[in-house]
Amino acid sequence: MTIQVPVVEQIMSANDQLAAANRARLDEAGVFALNMMASPGAGKTSLITRTVEALKGGLRIGAIDGDIASTIDADRIAALGIPSVQINTGGACHLDAAMLQSALPQLPLKELDLLIIENVGNLICPAAFRLGAHRSVLIASVPEGDDKPYKYPVMYRGVDALVLNKIDVLEAFDFDVDYFRQGVEPLNPGLAFLPLSCKTGEGLEAWLDWLQNEVKAYVSGNSG
Amino acid sequence: MPMHELSITESILKIALRHAEQAGAKRITRLNLVIGELSGVVGESVQFYWDMIAQDTIAADSELHFEHVPASLRCLSCGHVFPMDGKSYNCPACGGSRVVAAGGDDFRLESIEVEE
Repeated sequence: MTIQVPVVEQIMSANDQLAAANRARLDEAGVFALNMMASPGAGKTSLITRTVEALKGGLRIGAIDGDIASTIDADRIAALGIPSVQINTGGACHLDAAMLQSALPQLPLKELDLLIIENVGNLICPAAFRLGAHRSVLIASVPEGDDKPYKYPVMYRGVDALVLNKIDVLEAFDFDVDYFRQGVEPLNPGLAFLPLSCKTGEGLEAWLDWLQNEVKAYVSGNSG
Repeated sequence: MPMHELSITESILKIALRHAEQAGAKRITRLNLVIGELSGVVGESVQFYWDMIAQDTIAADSELHFEHVPASLRCLSCGHVFPMDGKSYNCPACGGSRVVAAGGDDFRLESIEVEE
């Protein structure tokens, strides 16, 4: 006889539980973790490089770099002279909470203020997998086009800040910033929007302010 | 084929097997899933991986049934709820541009059908 068994269980719950465990571990060490997501070529590694160079005098920074196979990005980050770990996903298109869990013990968490997690370059998959980071940021870039929020709405849903990189080429790509923002706002009302250019440095200050304020708010909240 | 559906499909199998065991079932014949358009999960990919990973379990040859929940928006000016069509997010009723997502995040296993 066939019977129906009610389940009503969130399918991502196993990952979400691991993500919560990661968060607890980060909180115990007092380190603020930032999950950075983007499509390939949007400038994740460039932004991380710029960020580390600007902030490493005042903050103790570590990095986790997720990559499908190569070590190109990890090499660029290791060259910055900060503790870093590479997660090779072995073909998988995203980092998940289990991968982060195995990477965390490889870093001196107690000696860090900020942990930057570079997710795999992909505009579809990472959105579904929470890692346990305190904030997540999506880096879009002008050459991708101003219609991306309409085509990949999922990625714009859960992030806390949206960086628009490569604004030095806005004109060449006929990029309509208002149309772009109009596509993001309904999905994620009130999120921080930070247009910048890693190349010229325009707008970087606002991004660095946002990040430093988040770290500061975290540190005072976590210790108090 | 988005790869992330493999680990997602493994999660579905794990959840289904646990509930089947609790119910003392011999076989799982059908799974009823709810997938929102904003969940980022593609049903076809889940089906593809399901056929591979379920075959050596009591869920072999089971049927996956997807209830799709479309992505929708709600107009903050007039309250109208309308489907997200991927071009413009302006309200078709009043033309308002202040809108918020109103549905489509769902992704859960609602129930399974088993043989005792």
